[in-house]
Amino acid sequence: MNHFPQAWGRPRDDVYGAYDASYLHDQNGPKAHTQSPIVTGTSVVAMKFKDGVVIATDNLASYGALARFTNVKRLRQFNTRAVLGFGGDVSDMQYLDRLLSSLSIRENYSAYASSADSADATEASAELNAKNLHTYLSKVMYKRRSDFNPLWNAILVAGLDGDGKPFLASADLLGSTFSAPSLATGFGAHLAQPMMRRVVPNEAAVANTTREMAEKAVRDAMKVLFYRDARSMDRYSIAIVSKEGGVEMMEDEQLEGQSWAFADRIRGYGTQVN
Amino acid sequence: MTSIGTGYDLSNSVFSPDGRNFQVEYAVKAVENGGTAIGIRCKDGVVLALEKLVTSKLLKPGANKRIATVDRHMGVVSAGLLPDGRHFVSRARDEAAQWRRFYKGPIPTSALANRMGSYVQAYTLYSSVRPFGVTAIVAGWDSEAELPVDGQVGAGPAVGAGGKKEGGKQGGPFLYMIEPSGLYWGYYGAATGKGRQAAKTELEKLDLGSGELTLEQGVKEAARIIYVAHEDSKDKDLEVEMTWVSALDGPTKGRHEEVPKELREEAERLAKKALEGDDDEEEGAERMQE
Repeated sequence: MNHFPQAWGRPRDDVYGAYDASYLHDQNGPKAHTQSPIVTGTSVVAMKFKDGVVIATDNLASYGALARFTNVKRLRQFNTRAVLGFGGDVSDMQYLDRLLSSLSIRENYSAYASSADSADATEASAELNAKNLHTYLSKVMYKRRSDFNPLWNAILVAGLDGDGKPFLASADLLGSTFSAPSLATGFGAHLAQPMMRRVVPNEAAVANTTREMAEKAVRDAMKVLFYRDARSMDRYSIAIVSKEGGVEMMEDEQLEGQSWAFADRIRGYGTQVN
Repeated sequence: MTSIGTGYDLSNSVFSPDGRNFQVEYAVKAVENGGTAIGIRCKDGVVLALEKLVTSKLLKPGANKRIATVDRHMGVVSAGLLPDGRHFVSRARDEAAQWRRFYKGPIPTSALANRMGSYVQAYTLYSSVRPFGVTAIVAGWDSEAELPVDGQVGAGPAVGAGGKKEGGKQGGPFLYMIEPSGLYWGYYGAATGKGRQAAKTELEKLDLGSGELTLEQGVKEAARIIYVAHEDSKDKDLEVEMTWVSALDGPTKGRHEEVPKELREEAERLAKKALEGDDDEEEGAERMQE
């Protein structure tokens, strides 16, 4: 009888041989569970128009291929001049949301403390603008990827820069940044981007683009993404940031005028194998 | 103070035989020299006001703010030693941020007052530190609506977070005053600093307990009270600093902000007029007696 209590109830070594624990600890290296996303959001699409920016995401958070949470707001308003759209890991998005909210609380302290009666600087201009926010975010993202502990997100920052001009830029899990008149992350980079580029191929075209044109292009892009992206949903959020209107956030939009006529011509996968 | 010179006032953390901590009492003296600070709890918000004596013509008007924001929904004004007040605010901000990290929501005003009371009190216990030379007034608005948890992405359960009494009133305006001893009470109207006696007399006339005074009236009363309290040091120039915090559907949307310039100037104009009116009446009365 083995008198060590930790051996009781376990397979006997003299019968089955010593327990082979080698498969248990693959401990050659750092923890890796933070290096892949769990609950994820899909594409973010956005484009500039002459007075501002339109940005949209759907309201879905997937758990792998499962449409797990169907009421998740992936557009986050930072202040009256900036909206963020998050793709990728939802808990990392929540972390960033809290980080930015603590940042905005601290920024608010110094904005008031340094204001004076005679200064013509309004309270609004002391706030962080979209460009400041993007710079800050990209540094957070780069720091985290350099620690081999990335925040698994692709982020679009939409809003106004210091001069009140439309601003749109991306930051991702690698810490890389990019800016263009229209941007899309994830699947949208392949499907939505070409559609939006037709409207705003370059900065010059932005000046001729109205809010209605931009909003229509983005809503169309959301529809195409719902047709083709299996991790998407027909309920979505759209926000419009402009100098006059501030941030207009619509968080429970339904895709209108869908047509699935093309679907029965699709062959080669799914139920219609040939 | 007959006990002065008996040696019991030389160290913090030492009681005198009749049960007093002299260092704390001296700290209260420091507060009594500071510019008057008041807070008024109105039915739909709280106003803080401060009498700032202009110590030099070289200082920029309106700069060097002395009422500080803590988190988004609270304000702190203090009378007494300025740097002590700054440290108090710094600690209050840390406490509010800590609360957010832990509970993912804004700290209730009562909880902040409690924590700051404990912090200030700790500075009366040890011989290696001196007590705070400030009395601080903390004003805040606790949200009456169900707030989403910080970072919340979905709608959450339709019934809300639960744990609340059905039909009970949530949140509202709150006002606390924390003294150098660490003592704190909740108030309808609070005053501290040099002109506190005059200010308290005026505050008592307002019948704040009935909860009828509106925020806008409160701003005007606050400016007037600061001017009344300033009467004794009339020879010095004065600047009034005022902040407020209102309900979510009020002018500040639950945030602590500076009172807009136009409203503050209007309130100051009325305050000056009211004072002049008083003087005229008094002079008139004297003449009648003659």
